[in-house]
Amino acid sequence: MAKNNGLDDNITFRTDRLTKDYVTGETIVQALRGVTLEIPRGDMVVLLGPSGSGKSTFLNIIGGLDSPTSGEVYFKKDRLSDYSEQQLTLFRRHNVGFIFQAYNLVPSLTALENVALVTDIALDPISPMAAMEAVNLGNRARHFPSQLSGGEQQRVAIARAIAKRPEVLLCDEPTGALDSETGIVVLKALQRVNKEFGTTTIVITHNAAIADMADRVIFFGDGQVTNVKVNENPCPPEEISW
Amino acid sequence: MIIEALNRKLLRDLWNIKGQMLAIIMVMACGITTFIMSFGVLDSLKLSRDVYYDRYQFADVFAQLKRAPEAIRQQVLDIPGVSAVELRVTFGVTVQVDGMIEPASGKLISHPDGRKPLLNNLYLRSGRMLLPDEADAILSSEAFADAHGFTLGDRVNMVINGHKRSLKIVGIVLSPEYVYSLAPGGMFPDDKRFGVFWMSQRILEAAVDMDGAFNDIAIRMDRGGNVENIKQELDILLKPYGGLIAYARKNQMSHWFVQNELDQLRVMGLFAPTIFLGVAAFLINVVMTRQVATQRVQIGMLKAVGYSNLEIALHYLKMVLVVVVMGSIFGIAGGIWLGAGMINIYTEFFHFPILQFSFSVEVMIFAVFFCSISAVIGTLVAIGQAAKLPPAEAMRPASPIQFRRTFLERVGLEKYFSHLTRIVIRHLERRPVRALFSTLAIGLSMSILIFAFFMEDSINYMLEVQFDMAQRQDISIGFVKPRAISALEEIRLMPGVMSVEPLRSVAVFLKSGHYSKRSTIMGIRPKPDLNRILDQNLRAAEVPARGLALSSKLAEILHVKKGDVITAEILEDRRPVLRIRVAEIVEEFIGLSAFMDMDQLNRALNESTVITGASLMVDPLWNGPLYQKIKEIPAIVSMSIMQKAREIFKDMMGENILKLVAMNIIFASLISFGVIYNTARIALSERGRELASLRVLGLTRGEVAYLLFGEMAVIILMAIPIGLFTGYLMAFGLAQHMDTELFRIPVVIEKSTYGLSVIIVVVSAALSFYLVWRQVENIDLVTAQKGIE
Ligand SMILES: Nc1ncnc2c1ncn2[C@@H]1O[C@H](COP(=O)(O)OP(=O)(O)OP(=O)(O)O)[C@@H](O)[C@H]1O
Ligand SMILES: [Mg+2]
Repeated sequence: MAKNNGLDDNITFRTDRLTKDYVTGETIVQALRGVTLEIPRGDMVVLLGPSGSGKSTFLNIIGGLDSPTSGEVYFKKDRLSDYSEQQLTLFRRHNVGFIFQAYNLVPSLTALENVALVTDIALDPISPMAAMEAVNLGNRARHFPSQLSGGEQQRVAIARAIAKRPEVLLCDEPTGALDSETGIVVLKALQRVNKEFGTTTIVITHNAAIADMADRVIFFGDGQVTNVKVNENPCPPEEISW
Repeated sequence: MIIEALNRKLLRDLWNIKGQMLAIIMVMACGITTFIMSFGVLDSLKLSRDVYYDRYQFADVFAQLKRAPEAIRQQVLDIPGVSAVELRVTFGVTVQVDGMIEPASGKLISHPDGRKPLLNNLYLRSGRMLLPDEADAILSSEAFADAHGFTLGDRVNMVINGHKRSLKIVGIVLSPEYVYSLAPGGMFPDDKRFGVFWMSQRILEAAVDMDGAFNDIAIRMDRGGNVENIKQELDILLKPYGGLIAYARKNQMSHWFVQNELDQLRVMGLFAPTIFLGVAAFLINVVMTRQVATQRVQIGMLKAVGYSNLEIALHYLKMVLVVVVMGSIFGIAGGIWLGAGMINIYTEFFHFPILQFSFSVEVMIFAVFFCSISAVIGTLVAIGQAAKLPPAEAMRPASPIQFRRTFLERVGLEKYFSHLTRIVIRHLERRPVRALFSTLAIGLSMSILIFAFFMEDSINYMLEVQFDMAQRQDISIGFVKPRAISALEEIRLMPGVMSVEPLRSVAVFLKSGHYSKRSTIMGIRPKPDLNRILDQNLRAAEVPARGLALSSKLAEILHVKKGDVITAEILEDRRPVLRIRVAEIVEEFIGLSAFMDMDQLNRALNESTVITGASLMVDPLWNGPLYQKIKEIPAIVSMSIMQKAREIFKDMMGENILKLVAMNIIFASLISFGVIYNTARIALSERGRELASLRVLGLTRGEVAYLLFGEMAVIILMAIPIGLFTGYLMAFGLAQHMDTELFRIPVVIEKSTYGLSVIIVVVSAALSFYLVWRQVENIDLVTAQKGIE
């Protein structure tokens, strides 16, 4: 049954004039000012844009972590704002894999346990150890976050996000703290997940070169989408010039 | 299987904050312990008493009279509502104990021959009961026997009706009538100087010329009986036989004291624990809220990866569960252990056959439930606050929100403060509600300290007033029967006596409207120097030339005020009934007396100037010869040594109430410490990262400590006046409730109490700071910068 919003099955996210205001005391920050976008299913999407342009805000909203001030977000056929609290939880639990800009690992759990935290509640996860190996951290599985480097923590966060085999992967600067070599490892892992499982993947980055591996590059500027570039021939991660 | 990682997180988190958890557990355990202990002691005493009264047929109505034939038994039984009657002979005796310099007195009570008493039955601790008509044998009260180390077969010398007799103790017994044994006119139980003995009825009757007669009656009512009716009928029936006003169980000496002790315990013992429990619950609530609030970022993350609010709430509730379970276990165990200890102390004063610590499950459930609920609510509130936020926002670690210019800056005072001080002030201003709660929590924990100390202060003060201001004599003596005033001269000549004051006391039944109370009118000199009366401001007052001076409690019981006229039925020979004006209300913390000018009293009784006793000031060097002399004078039936009375009272208070008080002080200190430590510790976990950053930026440890503790110090400074004030309010509240017929307590809070409470709070703070400081020193600057909170 087709809904009157005219969404087709091949669109994972669609936003319509999305705005987000942060009110702090007397000042209002307009983080998003009317973002209208479509993200096709299975795409590898890269968000580029200067700091403070609203990328994280956008990602948080489509991931169900935050609600917009106005405008609509559709996940496939559903309007996210129609979701109940419980549906939102299930949406995040089963459909979304998140990689946070600040990693957000639980300090009192080992790397492996941090991954298990998510696989414990997922429907069809890969084993936490397999996820750790996918990010080349099999040998650091029993370390606590405080015993890991920033990049290692980031990779744990990635392992945690991919372990549940989500339908969408939302990554906020997943390679920000990584050197080119590990960066490539991580990107490859993301791409593999994207290709193998058809996971719609959205990656925020400051590294314009990463954009070369994306199917689609979306440019943010000052709370708005300034440009969308569709890449007919994405290059494999190893060819990215870091 | 599910959420296994989450459970592991729980265990590790608990381990990481074990210090805080222990502190909360301690606060909770303290609250529960005092509660269970006090309720348990009270319940146990009540239960032991009720069971004892019931099994040993404690009578409902009592009366004393001069002498009546046993034949009127049937008439008594015919009074509606009377189900059993026991007629007895009781007789006051002097007891001579070898090696004791002061005289002792005793009471002989007849024991029916060949049958058990129908009422006030005896519990045989050791030996045997009396044989029918057994001469020269007695049963001794356990208290007296124990006080003197008497055992079965020992002999006691008594002067009965002028004849000296040596009687063998064949059994050691307890009676429901003497759970608390008090010499006539005595204020406190003194088991060394007063004993109760039972003797074959026929032998005693013969010894005191009471063949076929009795002078004491005890009655048991049936269920529907009306005490007032029975008393009235009995008074009418006994009047021709010199009957004194009959009284119900509630005015029976021993029972009245036990009841008063219980009332006292209920107030002192329960007021404090209830406050403690309430305070503990509040503190647990505050602390748990805080504890969970520090987990905000993690809660946000858990939500972001798909945990539901319910799962998260359950996760943190498990944390609470640990606190609640451990707190309850320690609290209950502590309560039972201490309660059992306290009960032992009571066996010294309350002579029950068995006194066992028992506790009601309801009390436990209540205490545990109360604390748990408050912990759970605290947790849920904090989780609610964190869960209400969109995960994206919850996950933002330090919230750089809303640093407004502070009030001080707005009024232009900021130039007087350093940058660091400004940070401290802004922090406080930014979270006013939190600062308020911390302040309240610390203030409350301080107020229970004041409250605990206050009990000690007021009891000491009460003693001081009673013995240093009112009853300043060293010795009070009482005569067998009223004597001419000239007896005073005889006493003045006794060894060591420095001054003497006469006393004419008379038992009286005071009535005003339908309020009545049995009391004693103390006829004293107009300007007494030893046995003084105090006005409402506790200054020595003159005895009014006309009318009666009533103690304020007695006035309250009778619902009279200064100027009212009351009826006084004198409970002596001719039973005159007087109408007397209340000329003055005087203050008395212990007892319920009325005072009158001695000459006026004698005139009203149509008597020449007679006295019934005297108050003496003596030279302690002459105590030995003086006591010996008093012992030799048969006219003197009782002697109380004030110093001893004071000691006994102090002992009694010291042994039970003050022990409770001491425990309260310990618990209050623990609670204060727990709260302060926790507040400091949480401040550290909330700001550890920020502080580490500042260290990295080059601030010294001292400066960082200033930031962390500056805030705490301000909170503690604000908490102190709040604590002082609420402490005073609690003390005031207790004094209002602690108003039994036996004694009242004044609201007296020594400066040292305030001082000590402040010191305990400050020391707790210093110790907490030290403990937290060691953790500040351990902040690993590198780890802290890795972005892990
Ligand atoms: N909770 C908040 N309160 C107030 N302002 C906020 C909040 N979160 C974001 N902002 C503001 O909204 C704007 C967009 O922020 P956002 O985090 O989306 O930027 P970004 O594009 O992800 O930047 P970066 O590349 O630096 O991560 C910024 O100006 C930021 O200051
Ligand atoms: Mg961002």
